[in-house]
Amino acid sequence: MMIKDVIPGFELFKPKTVAEAVALLGQHKKDAWKLAGGNDSLSWFKDRVKRPKAVIDLTGIAELKGVRENAGGLEIGALTTLTEIENNAAVRKSFRLLADAAGMVASPQIRNTGTLGGNVGQDARCWYYRSGLPCYRAGGTTCFADTPEGQNREHAIFDASRCVAVSPSDVAPVLVALDAQMVIRGPGGERVVKAEDYFIGPRVDITKMTQVKDDELLVAVRIPATYAGAQFHFEKVTDRKSWDFALVNVAAAVKVDAGGVVQDARIACGGVSCTPKRFVAAEGAIKGKKVDAALAKLAGDSTGRGARPLNYNHFKVPLMANLVMRAVRDAKA
Amino acid sequence: MTYSLIGKNFIPADMVAKVTGAAKYANDFQMEGMLYGKMMLSPMPHARVRSIDTSAAMKMKGVVAIITPDDVPQFPPPADPILYREPTFAGAPILAVAAESEEIAAAAIEAIKVDFEQLKHVIDPLDSLYPGGPDAFSGGNVANVRLPLQTVKWTAQDFQGFDQGKMPMGKPAETWAYGDLDAGFKKAKVVVERSFYTSSTSHHSMETRSSMAYWQNGKCYLFGSMQSQSIVMPSLARWLGVKPGDVIFISEFCGGGFGSKGSGYCELSMAGHLSKKANGRPVMLRMSREEEYLIGKKRAGFQGWVKAGFAENGRMVALDLYCVQDNGPNQGFWDFRNCGHSIQIVFQPESMRFRGMSVLTNTPPGGPQRGPGENQTAMMIEPIVDEAARQLGVDRVEIRRINAPDNDGFDGYDAKKVLTSAYLKDALVKGAKIFNWEEKKKLSGIRKGSKVIGVGVGSAFHAAGSNGFDGLVRITPDGKLHVHQGVGNLGTFSWASTARAAAEVLGYSWENVEVARGRTDRHLPWMIGQFGSNTAYTATRANYVAAMDAKNKLLEIAAQMLGGAPADYDLKGERIVSKSDAGKSISFADAAKKAIELGGKYSGKELPGDINPMTKASASALSGSGLVGVAKDNLAKRGMVPGLCAGFCMIELDTETGDFEIAEYLGVADCGTVMHPDGLQSQMHGGAVMGFGLATTERIVYDHALGLPANVQFDQSKPPTFMDLPKVFKWAAAEGPDRDNPFGIKGIGEPIQGAAAAALINAISDALGGHYFHRTPVVRDMIVNALAKRQQSYRPLQASTM
Repeated sequence: MMIKDVIPGFELFKPKTVAEAVALLGQHKKDAWKLAGGNDSLSWFKDRVKRPKAVIDLTGIAELKGVRENAGGLEIGALTTLTEIENNAAVRKSFRLLADAAGMVASPQIRNTGTLGGNVGQDARCWYYRSGLPCYRAGGTTCFADTPEGQNREHAIFDASRCVAVSPSDVAPVLVALDAQMVIRGPGGERVVKAEDYFIGPRVDITKMTQVKDDELLVAVRIPATYAGAQFHFEKVTDRKSWDFALVNVAAAVKVDAGGVVQDARIACGGVSCTPKRFVAAEGAIKGKKVDAALAKLAGDSTGRGARPLNYNHFKVPLMANLVMRAVRDAKA
Repeated sequence: MTYSLIGKNFIPADMVAKVTGAAKYANDFQMEGMLYGKMMLSPMPHARVRSIDTSAAMKMKGVVAIITPDDVPQFPPPADPILYREPTFAGAPILAVAAESEEIAAAAIEAIKVDFEQLKHVIDPLDSLYPGGPDAFSGGNVANVRLPLQTVKWTAQDFQGFDQGKMPMGKPAETWAYGDLDAGFKKAKVVVERSFYTSSTSHHSMETRSSMAYWQNGKCYLFGSMQSQSIVMPSLARWLGVKPGDVIFISEFCGGGFGSKGSGYCELSMAGHLSKKANGRPVMLRMSREEEYLIGKKRAGFQGWVKAGFAENGRMVALDLYCVQDNGPNQGFWDFRNCGHSIQIVFQPESMRFRGMSVLTNTPPGGPQRGPGENQTAMMIEPIVDEAARQLGVDRVEIRRINAPDNDGFDGYDAKKVLTSAYLKDALVKGAKIFNWEEKKKLSGIRKGSKVIGVGVGSAFHAAGSNGFDGLVRITPDGKLHVHQGVGNLGTFSWASTARAAAEVLGYSWENVEVARGRTDRHLPWMIGQFGSNTAYTATRANYVAAMDAKNKLLEIAAQMLGGAPADYDLKGERIVSKSDAGKSISFADAAKKAIELGGKYSGKELPGDINPMTKASASALSGSGLVGVAKDNLAKRGMVPGLCAGFCMIELDTETGDFEIAEYLGVADCGTVMHPDGLQSQMHGGAVMGFGLATTERIVYDHALGLPANVQFDQSKPPTFMDLPKVFKWAAAEGPDRDNPFGIKGIGEPIQGAAAAALINAISDALGGHYFHRTPVVRDMIVNALAKRQQSYRPLQASTM
C-alpha cells in the first residue's frame, strides 16, 4: 500500500490519425499506454500501480468515432461512446441488444466518456490484481483470489488457469452473441478477428484480456447483418442498479421463424469466465425447436457443465442457468 | 401548540451555496505558499516499525517537512495514534510528508525506507478469542470506551459446536440483567433462538477527511470536515498539543460524516503537525477515497446469539442476548452496548439479560456510524420477531405494537429509568393505516411471472437527546439576533432549525436572525455536535435557555427604562411592550444599546458560574457588543430520550435472479414535535436509503490470510444509487410531543435507517416464504442461493467475508 494516490508523471501524446497512433505505439512499445475514455486507465495511474512512460490519448482521432452502415450491418468506431451507441438509431433498430447492454454499463457519467473499445478492452477487475499485489496477471507467481481464504465471489467459475478473474464487460458478450468482427490495425496493416477469438484467457496470455498486441489498436467493430432484427435478450444481475459490474450477465441473439421455430442462436454470458462464455450446447439444444418453458430450462441447465466454482461464487451456477433460461424463454416469434 | 417558526419550512441560508457548488469544503481552501501533504500507509495489517530512514526523501527538491510518530503527541492505547509505531491495520498512517507539490510528496513517500517487523494479525473476533489466537494489538485484544485494554481468551469448551454454527459464549466483558429470565422462558409460548452475524460497514462520506492548516502568532488555523465546531475543540487541542484557545477551527460545511466525524478524529491534526514542522506554512492534506475507506472509521460488526421468548399474544416475555463486537484495533465505539439497549427499548421485554464483548481486530478503526449498534440490532432482532409472529399467528404490526414503548415505557439498560416520551405504538398504528398494511399483507407471496411480492415492517431506536450544554445568543444595537451555534453543518440544516428555537422564544422574524457558526473565532458556545440524533433535542433546549435569559434581561431593561416590574411587559414584534399600555414600549435595538450601557450580566461582562469554559471565553469575547443571553441547559429531564421509527416496505423479488425492486417504502418517525418538515423529509428519505444499503449491499470484506480489504472504492463498497430508490417513497410522523423539551422536539436521524433496513430485510424474508438469514447484509448471492436451495458460501458466523 504505502501510497496509492497521485498520478505519477508521463509524457502525453495526442495523435490525430490512427497511423500516427500506431507509429507512437511502435516507438514506445512496452512503455506505451492507450488512453480512451480514461475510466480504466486513470484509476490504474492514480493508484500508482501501472506507470506508463508514454500515454497515447486516442480521443482526438476522428476516424475512430461514429456508427456507419456496412454491408447491411454496422461498423462502429472503437472510440464511439457507450452513450452514443445506446442512443444510435441504427443500432437500436437492428441490434437493440447492443444498445441495451451499452445503456446498462456503469453509470451515465461513465457511459458518456466510456468507449466501445475501452469497455471491451478493459482490464480484469479482480480486487487483488487492482490493489497492486504481485499476482500472476501482474507478473508474479501467485493467484491471491484462489486460495482457501480468497475472497472470490465475483470471480470465474469456468476456464481458470492460474488467474481466476472474469471478463467484466457488459458489451463483450453482446459482440460474441452478434458474431461481431473486430478490426485491428498495427504496423503490418489491418487484421480482422471474430469477437469470440478477440477475447483471450490466461492460458493464451495471462497479462492480457484481448489479443490486441502492444503496437496494435482496435479501430472498429463490425456487426454483420446476420442477426439484425433477431430476438434479443440482454440482462445483467448486480448488487445495485447502477454503477456496478455484472455478477453475471447474458446476451442472446435468437432467430425465430414465423412458426416459432428457432433457426439460429448465439448465447454468451459475462462474469463467469476470463472471456465472454459462449454456450454452444444451449444454442444447439434450441435450434430447430419451438421454445417452451421446459426447453428454456433445459438450455439454462446445460450451462453449468464444467463449472468449477471457487469458495464464494457457486451462486453463479444457478444464476447463469436462470439467465440463459430467461433469454431463451424470451425468444418467441 | 402552534409556533411561528417551529414546525414551519424555511430555506436555510447555505442552501444555494450547497446546490451551486459555491460552498467551500476543507479541500477547496487555497493559501499562498501552500504545501501538499501525503501519508505513508502501512502495507501490512499488523507490524512494528523498527526504523524509518527519511534521508533520501529529505534530499529531494521540494520536500519541506516529514513527520513521523516522534513528532506527534502520544496517547495511551487503545486511543487512535495520529501516526502508528505499531500499525494495527492495513492503511494505518506511519508518517507524512509536506512538499511543494503532491507529485513530489508522493515520490518522497516512495523514497522513504521503513523497516517493518510483521506481526500476527486477526480479522475475525472469534479467532482472537480462541485459545492461543492472535491479538490485534500487542497490548491486548479486548477494549472499548470505558472498557480497559486487556487480553481475553476463551476455552475450547466455549467453542464446542462452533463449526455447526453455534455461537461460542465465553466469559463476557460486560453483563446486565433484570427480571426473572427463567420464569420468562417458561411462560413463553414460542422461543426463537439463533446465532447471528451483522457486517462491519464503511461510512462512505462524500467529502473525504481532507484538512488544511497553518500557524500564525502561535495559533493553529485548521480547516477540516467535522460534524461539530464545539465539542471537538478539547480533543483537537490535545491532538495538536496546544491549549484549546490556540486553535481556530474552520468547518463551515461537512460533506457527510455519519458519525465518523462526530466528536473528532485525530488525523484532523495531521496537517497542523506538518505545518508546524514546515515553520507554519500552510499544508493541504488531501485524503483520497481509498484513504477515507481505510482510516475513515467503520461501523462495528456483530457476532452473537439471541434467545427470545414470546407469550401467546406476542408479548416478549424473555430476552437473552450475547453480542461480540468486531471493534477494529482501537478504542472504537460502544455498539455492543447499544445492541442490548435497543432491543430493551423497542420491545420492552419483561425479563432480559445482556452479555457483551468488544474484540480488537486488524480492520479499520471502529467509530460510531448512524445508529451504532442499534441499527445492526434492528436488522438482527426484527426478523426474529417475525419468526415468532409467524409461529404464533400474530400480525407482524401487532406484535410490534404490543411490545413497543409508550410514555410509560422504561429504560432497562444498567438501571431502570423512565423515558421522556415514546410514541412508537402510535407510529406503528399510523404507519399501518397510511401504508394500508391490512391490504398489502394479503399480497404477500403473490406471484407475477417470476416475481413474488414480499411485505415487511421494522422498527428502530436511538437515544435522541442530551442536556447540560450551553446556549449563547446576542441582540446587537441594530436589533438583530445572533444565535451562536456549535453544531456542525453536515446537511441536516439543524444548525439553522435549532437556532429558530431562540428566535421563537423572543418572537423574532427569521430575517432578523443571524446564526454565527462554522468557525470557532465566531465565538461559539459549548454545544453537542451534529450527531447521535441528539442535535434537535439538545440544541433547541440550549438555545431555549439562552433565549429565555435574553428575554428576562429584555424585560428587566424595559422595567428599568419605562418603570414598573419586568412582569408588566411582554415581547411583541421585536419590541418590549407594556401589557397594560401598548403605547409604552422600546425596541430590541434600543434595549441592546441599553444593555451595553448597563454592562454587567446584560452585556456579558458578568457570566453565569456554571457555563463551560469555552462558552465563557466566547461570551467574554462578545461582551459589550449587545445584550447577551447565555445559560447552561439545566432544564428538567426525567430520563432517557428515545428517538423511534417504524418502517413499512413492499418489494417485488425476482425468484430467478434474486433481484428485487422496492415498490413502496413508508417511514414513520417518533421525533416529538416536527421541528422542520423539509429537514425531516430529507432525513426520512436519506436515512431510509442508507438503511437499504446497510441491509442488502454494504459490508467490509477482508482477505483473512492477507489482512487486506477488498472494498476501498465507492464501486466496490456499493452504497445505494438513485436507481435503487423505492418507486413510492413516503414518510410521516407520530407527532406526540416530548415531555422534557420546551417545544416537544426529539431527534430522529438514526432510527430512520434501522427501521428501513429491518423492514426491507423482513420483506425479503417474506417474499422468500419465511426464509430468515440471520446474517446481514442480505446480499444478492445469498438470495440466489436461498432460492436455489443451495448452501451459503460463507462459514457460519464468519466475519468480514463475502
